[in-house]
Amino acid sequence: MRIKQLLIGMTASVIAVSSYVEMAIADLKFPMLVYRTGAYAPNGIPNADGFVDYYKMINARDGGIGGEKILHPECETGYKTQVGVECYEKNKKDAMVFQPMSTGITYQLIPKATADGVTVYSTGYGRTSAANGKVFKWIFNAPVTYWDGASIAVRHILKNNFGNIKGKKIALVYHNSAYGKEPIRTLETLSKKHGFKLMLLPVDHPGQEQKATWLKIRKARPDNVLMWGWGVMNQVAIKSAASIKFPMDKFIGIWWSGSENDVLPAGKGADGYKSLTFNAPGTNYQVHADIKKYVHDKGQASGDGSHFGTVLYNRGLFQAMVQVEAATVAQKIHGTSKITPAMYRDGMENVNLSAKRLEELGFKDFAPPFKNSCENHGGSGLAAVQQWDAKAKKWNMITEYMYGDSDVVQKLIAEDSAKYAAEQKIAERCN
Amino acid sequence: MSVEFLNFIETVLNGLMSGVMYSLVALGFVLIFKASGVFNFAQGVFALFAALTLVGYQTGQVPFAHLINELFGTNYHNWYASMPNFLAILLTMVTMIALAWIIERLVLKHLVNQDPIILFMATIGLAFALEGVGDLMWGSDVKVLDVGIPSGGSVWLEEATIGLAAEGSDYYGMYVDVLNIWATIIAVILVVSLALFSQYTKTGRALRAVADDHQAALSVGISLRSIWILVWAISGFIAMVAGIMWGTESGVQFSLSLIALKALPVLILGGFTSIPGAIIGGLLIGVGEKLAEIYIGGYFETGAIENWFAYVMALVFLLFRPQGLFGDKIIERV
Repeated sequence: MRIKQLLIGMTASVIAVSSYVEMAIADLKFPMLVYRTGAYAPNGIPNADGFVDYYKMINARDGGIGGEKILHPECETGYKTQVGVECYEKNKKDAMVFQPMSTGITYQLIPKATADGVTVYSTGYGRTSAANGKVFKWIFNAPVTYWDGASIAVRHILKNNFGNIKGKKIALVYHNSAYGKEPIRTLETLSKKHGFKLMLLPVDHPGQEQKATWLKIRKARPDNVLMWGWGVMNQVAIKSAASIKFPMDKFIGIWWSGSENDVLPAGKGADGYKSLTFNAPGTNYQVHADIKKYVHDKGQASGDGSHFGTVLYNRGLFQAMVQVEAATVAQKIHGTSKITPAMYRDGMENVNLSAKRLEELGFKDFAPPFKNSCENHGGSGLAAVQQWDAKAKKWNMITEYMYGDSDVVQKLIAEDSAKYAAEQKIAERCN
Repeated sequence: MSVEFLNFIETVLNGLMSGVMYSLVALGFVLIFKASGVFNFAQGVFALFAALTLVGYQTGQVPFAHLINELFGTNYHNWYASMPNFLAILLTMVTMIALAWIIERLVLKHLVNQDPIILFMATIGLAFALEGVGDLMWGSDVKVLDVGIPSGGSVWLEEATIGLAAEGSDYYGMYVDVLNIWATIIAVILVVSLALFSQYTKTGRALRAVADDHQAALSVGISLRSIWILVWAISGFIAMVAGIMWGTESGVQFSLSLIALKALPVLILGGFTSIPGAIIGGLLIGVGEKLAEIYIGGYFETGAIENWFAYVMALVFLLFRPQGLFGDKIIERV
């Protein structure tokens, strides 16, 4: 009798589990590699909250994507490359897309995801040459790359110096990691082109102590300082720059060095600090109204809702929106709501976020339009400069969105991706 | 004077100041190790927890607000707008004493007479648990810490030294952060107070007796547990001071716990059992790493050598004097 009961029970369990699995497959899985703990949590949390709130809003307002609910399991990486790879392995089954949120993790996932047929989307970070879709079929880094960023920063400096920076000195203070080293090659090329002297100043993880770096800057008196920092490194650098009285309007960070977290600890000293950005801060957008209505007002905000409208929260919204849009495009291309990871990749490659489409999605004037293609996975390459107003405690956009030096950047992308293709024996596509 | 020489002096001065910041962290390690033979892996987290608690009290944050709101559907965030610095520091000290008592009750009491490695493991667990509790209590946001200590380059020093360089040379005066000058003053006061306390008070003498020999101290009626609570509380107080200094510089955030890594070479060099060793060790490491970074860092392709160079210095020292500069001599009797 007991054996019979046990068999019936086991059969019922198997049926229940199978139907659950079937349901789960019908949903669209967007695994999230997050860091809500550890040294980089203050940046990881608002960004992850932006993702989650957007997914929740789409599920609540639209019933998911084309009727398919979004599943967004989180895996904590602590910004550690090895843990990020483990998270990928754990969650890759049926995953539509991975957003590694770390250049180090992205580098590790590029060959793995390519072999597994999983899309990796590193929004404005990761391996720059992945913008070449002819070589990197599964990797996307739109809307702008680090090499674009480096050349946009130099273009901004050029503009402020009437187009001539020959003999000027530009220092790069960078996180001593794959992420921080990414712009060096572009800056070296640009220094030859424009005749400026480049000073390279690495800062080891986590960047809590930077006295020697800023003593070097104080002695060398560079005309401009660029920064590729993350986490506490940004706060200490901005405070140190203020402390040695470096002119803050000559100090420009990449878009990962330009959040409220980075400038607030320096107080008034951070006034005038600049950073690049590819999305606007604030809450005056339709998407925020929808998130408030469908998520926050129902008490379902991710975290305590206190990051709503901050730079990194808004960037999370933008990243999630692109990922959702790719699924919508894939559903249209393949005529089914039940898309596979391979179909999703097709969607990502055909994303066309025109100004009209951005407005339809609630992102009017939130970010510049961009489109991906078979050849171009790097988007528009547009970024603007924002400046911190310490008194009002807000970022102000001080330039239009602008392009980098595409002659230099495209040549470098072609060289680097060709090298990778030769190493990995990848045949170019899109011909 | 030549600009190069003045720059060298500036590097040494800044190295000394950085060294004081490392010593502040190292002092907490030394105190606990001296009294209980425990290498407290959680000392960096102590500094983080103290700084988080201080900002929490200053800004009237409700502890565990996120958890409470999640469980009960409430919307609590702040009790009050602000609290005077003096009161907030006092309350943080009380919290650190309470923490020392809880650690003694929940962890140390149950591990009396265990091997040092077991106690070390316990402090590793303690570090991660306390980091988690700190996160739950106060959240992971970067917090601005301001207790009124001035920071920024010293204008006085800059103006006083600008004329030292040869006329016509491109020299802007010497740079030292005022915050570091304050850290030095506070560290001196701390060390003198600790020395006076251990030399001239009954409790201080009991503390030294426990540090010298647990069994002998117990035999003359000294309560080991009370001494442990006291030592962990003092160490918590030092962690608070370190947390204030480091937190003022970078904002209070979870990377603050990693400052413990800066104290390790200081301890290896200065010895685990010597308070003057922690100070001198900190100064030597601070000066050594800054000189290395500025004068030889450029020869390394990767740069950023100061972090590992401090450990190289400590390692070289370890080879010649394993007990550290002022540590107790290791005598093994067969």
